[in-house]
Amino acid sequence: MQVRVRFFASLRDAAGRAEQVLELPAGATPQTAWEALCAERPELGPRRASLAAAVNRRYGRFDAPLADGDELAFLPPVSGG
Amino acid sequence: MSELSRSERARYARHLVLPEVGPEGQQRLRAGRVLVVGAGGLGSPAALYLAAAGVGRIGIADGDQVELSNLQRQILHTDADVGRSKTASARAALQARNPLVEVEELGRLDAATVADAVERFDVVVDGSDNFTARYLLNDACVRAGRPYVFGAVHRFQGQVAVFGLAGGPCYRCLHPEPPPPGLVASCAEAGVLGVLPGVIGSLQAAEALKLLLGLGEPLSGRMLIFDALAAGFDEIALARDPRCPACGDAPRPEARVVPLEACAPPPPLSVHELRRRLAGDSPPALVDVRTPGEHALGHLPGSRSIPLDELEARLEELRAGGALVVYCQSGVRSARAAALLRSAGLASVSDLAGGYLAWQAAGPAATP
Repeated sequence: MQVRVRFFASLRDAAGRAEQVLELPAGATPQTAWEALCAERPELGPRRASLAAAVNRRYGRFDAPLADGDELAFLPPVSGG
Repeated sequence: MSELSRSERARYARHLVLPEVGPEGQQRLRAGRVLVVGAGGLGSPAALYLAAAGVGRIGIADGDQVELSNLQRQILHTDADVGRSKTASARAALQARNPLVEVEELGRLDAATVADAVERFDVVVDGSDNFTARYLLNDACVRAGRPYVFGAVHRFQGQVAVFGLAGGPCYRCLHPEPPPPGLVASCAEAGVLGVLPGVIGSLQAAEALKLLLGLGEPLSGRMLIFDALAAGFDEIALARDPRCPACGDAPRPEARVVPLEACAPPPPLSVHELRRRLAGDSPPALVDVRTPGEHALGHLPGSRSIPLDELEARLEELRAGGALVVYCQSGVRSARAAALLRSAGLASVSDLAGGYLAWQAAGPAATP
């Protein structure tokens, strides 16, 4: 299935893009989507601890199953003021 | 509540013609108290609009001085304010805009002072620039039951949300844990488009005014994300997490890690500054990290002995207290001790420059 992944704030800088489409196996979750991204870019790995995920613009758990066509957003905490 | 004066009726005429505000709403604003944390990029527009709107009491918390590099976005301050304390500069600017508003200057909030500050205001607007302040404010607002109007900016993107309303999420529901140190470019490295905190801080002011007036739909349970480059807003729906360490069904204070300062840690205290703090209203606790033998030969009055090599095992003894000052013989071991304590999540830790030797050299006047 295909999932559109969007990156926000500092994660957008680290990923070098605002979004990308990921091809994932059935049963994939935000966690497995994140792991697929980290396989391409291992340097993203340490950002996981404080990361939030939103599916179809709704904040959610990393272990909830994704569906084909979902929009998955990864949101790092932002502190600038 | 007393009637509005003739000059108030003139000043707030455009509020008074709004049926949703009117004289009663304006009186509510006059009775309102808002704490703005950070007189920077977000705090500037937020505080200016709150003062202009006639919020009766505005607290401004900040420990910094105005720098030339602030002026690109921090519209409370002018060229003539460079070098001045940000709270003094902010107070002057707000009172120039609206002399009817009371402005209270607070210093930098820390674990020892945040609870009292939050309790004295009705709404907290977070315009700080570091995760330490943000997690401290979130936790204090949850405990005190105060709405926490969050705003943050990064380069061309900003986010706003209201946390801590009944049934709504808090910041820790979204990000239970702070990011690991070193991964966040929050100080000067990332940069920010000057107008971006203007947009986000103004949205924070709008939310604070709505909360004081009891109007509309507060931005609770959702986060608004503004992208200046795309010229668009995203809205992410948020929900309270029953497992949240701060606002969950079973709050777990021990899991509420307060992160390190995103910026450099504070410089070591001079003997003079330590003496001043010890004489103040909330003196710090003193910890001697030298060996018990060195401690026995002489130490600062009232200090307890926890040798550096035992510090990690005895962290819990220190966690409950307020501000801490650690010292050693000359300042080397205490710098390591302070770094260790900060990385363990203790929010207000200083070390003494020059250690016990400097204290002794300062002479008997240095002994409180």
